[in-house]
Amino acid sequence: MNLARVIGDVVVTRKDENLHGLTLLIVQPLTPEREPYGKPLVAVDSVGAGVGEEVFFVRGKEASFPFHTVEAPVDAGIVGIVDEWYVER
Amino acid sequence: MQIARVIGNVVSTQKHRKFEGAKLMLVQPLNADDTPRGNALLAVDGVGAGIHEKVLVVLEGRAAAETVGRKGTPVDAAIVGIIDHVDIHGHL
Repeated sequence: MNLARVIGDVVVTRKDENLHGLTLLIVQPLTPEREPYGKPLVAVDSVGAGVGEEVFFVRGKEASFPFHTVEAPVDAGIVGIVDEWYVER
Repeated sequence: MQIARVIGNVVSTQKHRKFEGAKLMLVQPLNADDTPRGNALLAVDGVGAGIHEKVLVVLEGRAAAETVGRKGTPVDAAIVGIIDHVDIHGHL
């Protein structure tokens, strides 16, 4: 899992039927020092995250598990909103 | 599996329900010579690891979900062991 900041959302009208009802957000991965790293990506939201919030997300097929009833064709999912984190290198 | 060092923890109140009670740690993957490799990531702790400890991390969904003890947990990394020491014989 990775820390990230939600930086936007995506509206898709014509899509796979198993994507219906899912919220798609753009997340920018962060280092523990809050520096952006890598490229932003689109992730499905399962926790009601909003733009500007710090979250953590999973990559891979596991990301679709929050929507267990259908096998949603997704490869990244936001699974938590971060209150705070503590780093000591 | 990968060798990593625990460098912090994360507090999250609002999270997927399957994460209830799970401890979230920030881990920095290490090279064989203990230098950091790549970016730090977030892993569920299945063994009670503490900050600064060297740990074994699985980076695969099904294995990681087992450490939480719930099938279908949306997790892709978990701490599965605390490393006592690593011996590498020969040159890197």
